[in-house]
This record gives sequence, C-alpha cells and structure tokens, in this order.
Amino acid sequence: MAYLFRSRVVVRLKQLQKALFFLLLVKPILSLIIGLHIRDQQRLPKRGPALVVANHNSHLDVFVLMSLFPLRMLSKLRAVAAADYFLSNPLLAWFSLNLVGILAIDRHPKRGRTDPLAPVEAALARNEIVILFPEGSRGDPEVMTPLRSGIAHLLQRHPELEATPVFLHGLGKALPKGEALLVPFFCDALVGEPIRWSGDKQQCLSQLMKTFKQLATELNAATQE
Amino acid sequence: MTMLQPVIVTFVVIIVILSIATVIAKRLRRSDPSDAHENLWLRLRTWWQMVGVFAMGILLGGVWSLLFFAFLSFLALKEFFSLIPTRRADRRVLFWAYMAIPLQFLWVQWHWYGMFLAFIPVFCFLLLPLRMLSIGKTDGYLKAAGTIQWGLMTTVFCLSHAAFLLILRLPDSPEQIVGPGLVMFLVVLTELNDIAQYIWGRSIGRNQIAPLVSPNKTRAGFIGGVTTTLLVGTLIGPWLTPLETWSAALAALIIGLGGFAGDLNISALKRDLGIKDSGTLLPGHGGILDRVDSLTYTAPLFFHFIYALLPWHTYSGAVWWSG
Repeated sequence: MAYLFRSRVVVRLKQLQKALFFLLLVKPILSLIIGLHIRDQQRLPKRGPALVVANHNSHLDVFVLMSLFPLRMLSKLRAVAAADYFLSNPLLAWFSLNLVGILAIDRHPKRGRTDPLAPVEAALARNEIVILFPEGSRGDPEVMTPLRSGIAHLLQRHPELEATPVFLHGLGKALPKGEALLVPFFCDALVGEPIRWSGDKQQCLSQLMKTFKQLATELNAATQE
Repeated sequence: MTMLQPVIVTFVVIIVILSIATVIAKRLRRSDPSDAHENLWLRLRTWWQMVGVFAMGILLGGVWSLLFFAFLSFLALKEFFSLIPTRRADRRVLFWAYMAIPLQFLWVQWHWYGMFLAFIPVFCFLLLPLRMLSIGKTDGYLKAAGTIQWGLMTTVFCLSHAAFLLILRLPDSPEQIVGPGLVMFLVVLTELNDIAQYIWGRSIGRNQIAPLVSPNKTRAGFIGGVTTTLLVGTLIGPWLTPLETWSAALAALIIGLGGFAGDLNISALKRDLGIKDSGTLLPGHGGILDRVDSLTYTAPLFFHFIYALLPWHTYSGAVWWSG
C-alpha cells in the first residue's frame, strides 16, 4: 500500500516536471523565438487512443507537435522514437524518457523475435495519443522521403483508429539535422483531416502522402499571389 | 510628466475611433456577411491588439519601451529571413545578424549616438561577410551578403530610430519627457498616412501611380493621403511634440512622402519574391513587414529631420523616464 502511494507520488512529480519543462522552456521558445503559426488546430484528436503523424525535419518537431495540445493532455502524449539513438547515452535517455516521454522503438528487430510496434500497441491500449514520424528519420531539411509502412500496419490492426496528419514547415531551417545552433525562422504547423484504414496498406500510405502534399500546397497558396 | 498627457489623450482618441469603427464593422458584417466585411472585422480586431501592445510599449517607458522596439525589429528580421532564400551554410551568419538587434538597442540604452549610427551600416556590413568568408562558400556570396545586410538595414537599423526618439531631451529643459510624444507623432501619422492613402485610393482613385510595383496605389490615394497626413500633423504636432506649426507641417510632409516610399519598397520586395503577404502574424493585415513597411522609411527620415532641427542633448547616465 505504502509502495503504491509512493509510486503515485512519483508519477505525479514526473508529470509536474514535464509540464513545467513545457510551460517554462518549450512553449516560450516556440512562441517567442520561433513564432509558430498553427492552422486547423481543432482537427487534432481530443482523446486517445489516436495517432498523430507528421513529416520529420528537426529535433524541434516533437516539441512542436506536443505543444499543439493543451498542457493537461501532456501526460497522454507519446512520441515514437528510435531506441538506438535516444537511449544511446544516459543523459539523453533521461531527458527523452522523463521530459519528452518517448516510446522507444527498436528500429532493427531480429526477424520474428519481437513486434517492433508492441510499445505503440500498449500505449494505444492505455488510451494515449501516439505521435509518429512515418518518414523514419529527419533527412535533408524540408525534403520529404517515402513513408515507412509501420503506420499502415497500425491502422490495419485497429480499423477504428484515426491518424491525424500534421505538416510541419520551417523547423528544418531553424534546427536541421546535424546542427546544434537554433536559428529563428517563422514556422508553420498545418493540421489535416484525420484518415482511417482504407482496406489497403499502400493506399493508406499514398493517401497520407497526398494529404501532406496538399497541406504544403495550401501553405504556399496562403502567401502567394 | 506634463508632456505625457497628450500621449495618453491620443491613445484615448484612437480607442474612441477604433470603437466606432468596430461598431460599424460589426453592423456591416451582420447585414452583409461578405469576404470584404469579414476581412475588415479581422483587421480591426488585429488593430485593437496592436494598439494595446504599442500602448504598453510606449507607456511602460525605460527599458521596456526599448525591449518593445527590439522585439518588433526581431519579428521583422525573422520574417524577412523566413521569406528570402537563404543558404544553409549561412546559418551562423544569420545567427550573428540576429545578435545585432540586442546590441543596436543597447547603444540606444547607453545613449551612444555615434555607435548607434555606425554599428549596422559600418561594423555589421564589414564583419558579417567575414563570418561568411570563414565558412568559405563563395557561390551565392554576393546575394547572401547583400540580402542579409538589406534585411538588417531595413528591419533593425531603420526601425531602431523610433527607439532613439524616446531618449531625446531638450537641453534647456532636460527634465521634460518628449520622447513618447515624438514616437506617438511618428507612428500615428505613419499609420494614418497608410489608412488615408488606402481610403482615398479606394473611393476616388483612378490613375495608377506605380502600376509595375503596386497596382492598387493610385495618384488620388497618394495625394489625398499625404494631404490628410499634412493637415493632421500640422494640427497635432505643436501639441504632441516640441515642434512649431511650420516644422510640424514639414515633418508631416516628410512622413507622408516617406511612408509612401516605404510601402512601395516592401511591395517591390514581395513582388520580387512572388508573395502577396509577408506573413500571417497579423490576421487581416498579413505579416509584420506589411505593417511596418512605411515605418522603415518614416522613422529614420523623421528622426534626422528633428535631430537636425532642434539642439538635442542625449542625456547620458539616467535613462529617460526614471529621471
């Protein structure tokens, strides 16, 4: 009983620490230094289980996506990240697990041994909102690469699940792969219409890619003549 | 303190005008919910926010007023860097260009007039390309060095003149706070000039004045706008600032003409980049550059006009307001 009580206090403290990290550091940096413009925020899921999928250009992406949600939902957000990278050293691992709350995924599972998507399934079963980057890695700034099929597997296994696409723009300029210096640029986060399992994996992926491309076009059209 | 009274009265008048406009816009939107009326409503809502932030920036005084102008410069420069094509190799150069902002406003805080004038046109101009040379990427060098310097001049150097107005003091009455009145005069006339040119142009404008740069601008809008600015400036100048009637009229004329030029300057930039608005920060207006375009010309022009006209004394030591 005492152990149970203590563990609940620890969980509360961890939630508080994460909330303070976002409130005092992440949100001020994103709003004052970067200046994020958000469109159609109301399309984001209000509760889990749900998926949020975004293009990936920068370490900032995950913070932007998490800050799109109200602070009280923070403990319900989980970002999928590569175990081999984010758990590689103790400091980064502590930061990733405690302040960001990542779901560490094994990128190179031995065939048939374990299901790499098992941690995601578990999080969805806990009614959490899972953030995924279907491009896999950040790649060149502001260039999209083909989508990995993990997202399609998840949608197939849970036909009732909705995946909300978010197109991020500019973050790859502010903090690209391989750079440690943050340079301010205005950035955009455009939320698209949620998609569901359509009956075919390839079709799901191409629909997702189409949505990203469409959001990118809308972004250009909003400023161009 | 007495010189602050006209500034506060001006804010009250602006709030009354905005309230009337808001009531009208609300009625228009209800009776005919067209795109134009929706846009007018959006514009007015943003005007309320901008007036609120500007009032805070002016009335708080001291360091807070400088921070307000520094942040305005930062937003404008960031918008510019987000619009233009930049080379990835220049990330560190851009970082140092941003660092010019706190320094430029520090010179104002320190009342260091010489450095204030020389820092961006001389030191940044010479040193930023050096950072570029140490990276060593020469293709696109001139374009990168040129655009970065252009952005710094327009958004930081020019706008910082509005902040320098704040610390000016008259030598025969150094206890008198004239800065807020001067800034109020500059900003109110610049914005009024924009609005008046727009309204005159929309109502009676026919002949385009700069068809290749900005097809919406008309000769009637230009003349009507400048005349309106001239009349209002002559009227409020002697009350809001230490200027006399004739010098207030000349200052208003400079603001009217300068504002038109500044507007065209940013229009040409946007046309070159193939964009309609510089950003999305101010709903109904576009970006921050769309709003401060005229001010980038009027601030330095008005500043140097009154700096040459009156025997100023930049009070070293105590910052205005706290004194």
